[in-house]
Amino acid sequence: MIPKTIFDKIWENHVVKEIDGGPSILYIDRHFIHEVTSPQAFGGLKRRGLKVFRPEKTFATCDHNVPTINQHQPIKDPLSAIPVEELRKNTAENGIRYFPLGNPSNGVVHIIGPELGITQCGMTIVCGDSHTSTHGALGNIAFGIGTSEVEMVLATQTLLQTKPKQMLVKIEGKLNKGVGAKDIILHIISKLGTSGGTGYFLEFAGSTIEQLSMEERMTICNMSIEMGARGGLIAPDHTTFEYLKGREYSPEGEKGEIGAKWDKAVEKWNKLKSDSGCTYDSVHLFSAEEIEPMITYGTNPSMAIPVDSSIPKAHPEDTSLSRALEYMGFQSDKKIAGHKIDYVFLGSCTNGRVEDFRAFVSLVKGRQKAPHVTAWLVPGSKMVEKQIEEEGLGDILRKAGFEVRQPGCSACLGMNDDKIPAGKYAVSTSNRNFEGRQGPGARTLLAGPLVAAAAAVTGVITDPRELI
Amino acid sequence: MSYIKFTIEESWAVTLPEEDLDTDQIIPARFLKTTTRDGFGENLFYDRRFDTNGEEIKEFVLNRAKGDETILVAGRNFGCGSSREHAAWALADWGFRVVVSSFFADIFRSNALNNGLIPVQVSNEFLEKIFEYSNKDKGITLKINLMDKAISIPATGESENFEINSYKQNCLINGYDDIDYLASNLKEIEEYEIYKLSSL
Ligand code: SF4
Repeated sequence: MIPKTIFDKIWENHVVKEIDGGPSILYIDRHFIHEVTSPQAFGGLKRRGLKVFRPEKTFATCDHNVPTINQHQPIKDPLSAIPVEELRKNTAENGIRYFPLGNPSNGVVHIIGPELGITQCGMTIVCGDSHTSTHGALGNIAFGIGTSEVEMVLATQTLLQTKPKQMLVKIEGKLNKGVGAKDIILHIISKLGTSGGTGYFLEFAGSTIEQLSMEERMTICNMSIEMGARGGLIAPDHTTFEYLKGREYSPEGEKGEIGAKWDKAVEKWNKLKSDSGCTYDSVHLFSAEEIEPMITYGTNPSMAIPVDSSIPKAHPEDTSLSRALEYMGFQSDKKIAGHKIDYVFLGSCTNGRVEDFRAFVSLVKGRQKAPHVTAWLVPGSKMVEKQIEEEGLGDILRKAGFEVRQPGCSACLGMNDDKIPAGKYAVSTSNRNFEGRQGPGARTLLAGPLVAAAAAVTGVITDPRELI
Repeated sequence: MSYIKFTIEESWAVTLPEEDLDTDQIIPARFLKTTTRDGFGENLFYDRRFDTNGEEIKEFVLNRAKGDETILVAGRNFGCGSSREHAAWALADWGFRVVVSSFFADIFRSNALNNGLIPVQVSNEFLEKIFEYSNKDKGITLKINLMDKAISIPATGESENFEINSYKQNCLINGYDDIDYLASNLKEIEEYEIYKLSSL
């Protein structure tokens, strides 16, 4: 038998048909939708007179447009309210499960999927959102699609896909103090570049990955798209199964007891591993020891450096770097640490889970928010919000001068009320620092929760290791 | 039958020699709030066309275009970033039928194709040539022939072939889209569910 990668195995399980000289029809197990990229798909279905083929395999939430305060009130901005109302109508008309604002299961689409156990292992998962790659952390082929493709999945539960090339990203060793999953992925992207993964599906492996918690693995897979990759996955293991056990939609989870169905699922999932001797189209090796707390200084996620180092020099012919430095108002050769910042955003599908809040709290505990800093701490979901309060993290944060907001995408993208004003500096735990991503003219510095916390209490970019 | 058939397109090109033009630049998130596919063209590259006071930025190439160009030429890694199909809609709504680059982000490529907008991927050298000629002659006409999978510069006669799979090529020439095709396969999809999916 030819040794196969985990990707090959999942892919082969889902091919309905191969077209000569073209793509394959790929069956989709789970489809997530949100208010921004779905209305036109439902509109298209209606125009064609088609019905939703398998409504029970699509799950809906609203997250992008929603305000993160006073969620019990109607959404004020009519332009935001309309798509949310459309989603309610479309899901009701088509018998699709919808977690509206305020529902205990509501939250950012890529946070709630795993959290509710809708995302399991060995599945094909899509959503009209590029960070669908997050779900790969549990051992799935998960990738973002466009609205026309959302329409295809609604109509047929399938997509036309060409099998991508495969890349192995292996990280070995023990992480340094103060280094987390976000630092790992920023380090990798800074080495491989924003198009280093284009055309590939990634598999993350190695002893460093194996030691990571489920939530940390999600942070890594979440950002695999920022290297242009179609998605990224991690083979499921004990950590994955422990995470999924007993979740609402996990096998047998609904009754709260783990029975034969669960055991059978785990037995199946245990086979989802790349065979020894399998081949990849590309392999990259990294060592955990060389990774330091990271931060971005430019306008794409590959422009990242260790937080204690200096901003690189722009060569005259490198117009994109000099343009980025101009946009950011940064000078080459200057240390990035010590630069004053205005905003801190903790949240998003990259770092809006409870572990991220724990990390943030571990550093701000007993300290105070810097007076000039505006901090938006936004849980990724209602469940995360609840955990934060149950664990007493909310109290510690309030004591330190912070406020915890309500769930949503928030300042990750300039689409709701939480926008960073032009020219202001925001240390953000989200995933994109493109020009204007957080609002027109906003200057985004991507980092993990510890670097964000250090900036929030000192008011300047700070190496978190100095405060640990 | 969902978009206009595409065979040959010849037009004056808009050239934007920048790399990594991401979908947030092509159409900023705050313009994504309408629930139809129409009208995104007026906000195409909005933050590049207008400054923070809403004043037109005269130097930006789209503000200098004649408005009837159907071909956009851009630097490497065009359409990276968010999966928003609005980027493809905005380009198509503006009037573009072809985008030429030496590299396209995956999701953008399929979004474009699903809207009858052809992503023509050329070599770095060919792309450089286009930029160079258009600089020198203050513009350039390009011709795309989908039947031959070829892009050419009529003024010099230079040309290059581009890749597109035969399934997609066929769809575009005939104006079919993937949904038409998938919907015609529902029986096979049901069989897959019964015989394969249930045993996984
Ligand atoms: S948190 Fe950000 S990246 Fe994640 S789904 Fe929302 S907008 Fe997209």
